[in-house]
Amino acid sequence: MTTLTKEAGVPSPADAGALLSVRDLYVSFKTEDGIVRAVDGLSFDVQRGKTLGIVGESGSGKSVTNLTILGLHNPMFTTVEGEILLDGQELTTAREPDLEKIRGNKAAMIFQDPLTALSPYYTVGRQIAEPYMKHMGASKRTAWDRAVEMLGKVGIPNPKERAKDYPHQFSGGMRQRAMIAMALVCDPDLLIADEPTTALDVTVQAQILDLLKELQQEFGSGIVFITHDLGVIADMADDIMVMYAGGAVEYGTTNEVLRSPQHPYTWGLLNSMPRLDSDLSAPLAPIPGTPPSLLNPPSGCRFHPRCTFQDRVGGARCVNERPLLAPDRSSACHLTADQKRTIFIEEIKPRLG
Amino acid sequence: MLRFLVRRFLGAVVILFLLSIVTFVLFFGMPRDPGLLMCGKTCNPTSLANIHHVLGLDKPITTQYWIFLKNLVVGSNGFAQGPCPAPCFGYSYHTNDQVWATLIDRLPTTVSLTLGGAFFFLLIGLGTGLLAAWKRGTLIDKTATAGAMVLSSMQIYFLGPLALALLVYQTHIFDKPAYNDFTANPVTWFTGLIIPWVVLSTIFAAQYTRMARSAMIEQLQEEHVRTAKAKGMSRRYVFFRYAWRGSLIPIVTIFGIDLGALLGGAIITEYTFSLPGLGQLAVQAVFFSDLPLLLGVMIFSATMILLFNIIVDACYAFIDPRVRLA
Repeated sequence: MTTLTKEAGVPSPADAGALLSVRDLYVSFKTEDGIVRAVDGLSFDVQRGKTLGIVGESGSGKSVTNLTILGLHNPMFTTVEGEILLDGQELTTAREPDLEKIRGNKAAMIFQDPLTALSPYYTVGRQIAEPYMKHMGASKRTAWDRAVEMLGKVGIPNPKERAKDYPHQFSGGMRQRAMIAMALVCDPDLLIADEPTTALDVTVQAQILDLLKELQQEFGSGIVFITHDLGVIADMADDIMVMYAGGAVEYGTTNEVLRSPQHPYTWGLLNSMPRLDSDLSAPLAPIPGTPPSLLNPPSGCRFHPRCTFQDRVGGARCVNERPLLAPDRSSACHLTADQKRTIFIEEIKPRLG
Repeated sequence: MLRFLVRRFLGAVVILFLLSIVTFVLFFGMPRDPGLLMCGKTCNPTSLANIHHVLGLDKPITTQYWIFLKNLVVGSNGFAQGPCPAPCFGYSYHTNDQVWATLIDRLPTTVSLTLGGAFFFLLIGLGTGLLAAWKRGTLIDKTATAGAMVLSSMQIYFLGPLALALLVYQTHIFDKPAYNDFTANPVTWFTGLIIPWVVLSTIFAAQYTRMARSAMIEQLQEEHVRTAKAKGMSRRYVFFRYAWRGSLIPIVTIFGIDLGALLGGAIITEYTFSLPGLGQLAVQAVFFSDLPLLLGVMIFSATMILLFNIIVDACYAFIDPRVRLA
């Protein structure tokens, strides 16, 4: 089980035993309109061989968090504070050449849209072979053979020939497989998958998820799986972190978060998801309002302007006081544990069917 | 590839054909009589009619055009000045020289000016642009961007005389610009053209600096470039292998257009430095209502532009594997 510290206040020290340990991460961008606080005090851990699912709407800071882990943000406009420990090595203060040695080697990324994320100008084989040459010091020949081997491993038929193809000659699903082959070519400890199946159709999506799980078994990598699709996350993750407006609002094992969610935002996410076995005439219930601007985030609980339960808390706590995320299974909400349980069982669960 | 070339060359021939018709029609629409220019002080209706007859201007325009096309393809022996083998554009009204021979004679000047200028503006322009993109946001970038802005608003007829005044007439650092045959003496060829090259390239380089910088910055934000970075490739590798490759398309496009246009004659540069190239010839042809010369220069220039258009399109296929030539 991973631990999650409070969002504010004194965080528990980084977990040196974890593969990835993020503590009190703040990321902000300077823009023409002001400072955008994209990640606002985030802490989480990923263990070897386990998958952490990060869920949230667009703009909740999921992708920024993970780009920051590998130092892929633009340093000219970005301020990063906090700790990111990968296998005990601090990354926020690491120098660029050291980060280069980690990227694609110890920690690799899979991006959302494999068409734009692969270079149109080079063959698939070359693009897979490049990091292997760089990190393993392999010869061109060895690296190419390795690329072919990896393409076979991710289920590309006739990999020897297909390695010579360009990305545009691949179908969407095959491109994502190639992308996965590229990420895994150096046998990384940590794999960050940023919405890897969002751009794919459903049948291909299932294949890619199965492939990722298989490869995780084989390589023993820790995976950070970013998505906005709760169905996908149920299938993939061991633990789930729900993000809203740059911070974590709920955290727990997949079972806990999906079977007894505690945060009104998580309830909203579950409510707005269609299910085949529910009453088809019942309308989906989207979360009212829109995600907040991170230029000027709401006071207190970031979710309070959209929350239908804040009158149950009483007073103006939701407006004035930011709820904290306690260690372990927790949610950042001022409702009491009893209230959360009762509301979920009596009001939310029946609607989910 | 072969199909592409055949198709494009046929298309180019059609365009040249249309262009020659337009030039012909416009020439006869001019409120000037080329015969009158040649007629001199003692001009009377009889001598003018005689000149018109000799030049063939008394024939209907369609007949004249037909003769022009026929001469172009098979040549002609019907000129008083002598034989005119294909491609025959006839003899200049003004100089009585064979037009095609004149074009060939002027070509080395224009080619030397173009290739030398292109070498300098590519080197300086792209180099500065790449440096600015690499050092984005720094003082170097800002200086390069501002410098490019200033230089791209310069004109050759301002920089040219300035360079002549400072470098030739006052300090005698360089020779007076002139075209000297490369095969006869490469050194004088070089020293004679260095000032025109530099002046020409200054103005073009600014454009290439801005283009290279913006193309690189755009490419560096592409997702596939970020992927390359996420793979652990070094900044230099990502810059030159990934971003540069994507920036080539706009650069090659503009370069092809510029090269084609310059090979058709750099009119202002040639005039400023008194270099006897195709550009000067074009001005001369218009000035003296010299139809054969005008058609010759027009068609030659247009051919260059069309040729480089085809070359650029063919280059796309080598730069971007997604492009299929058909």
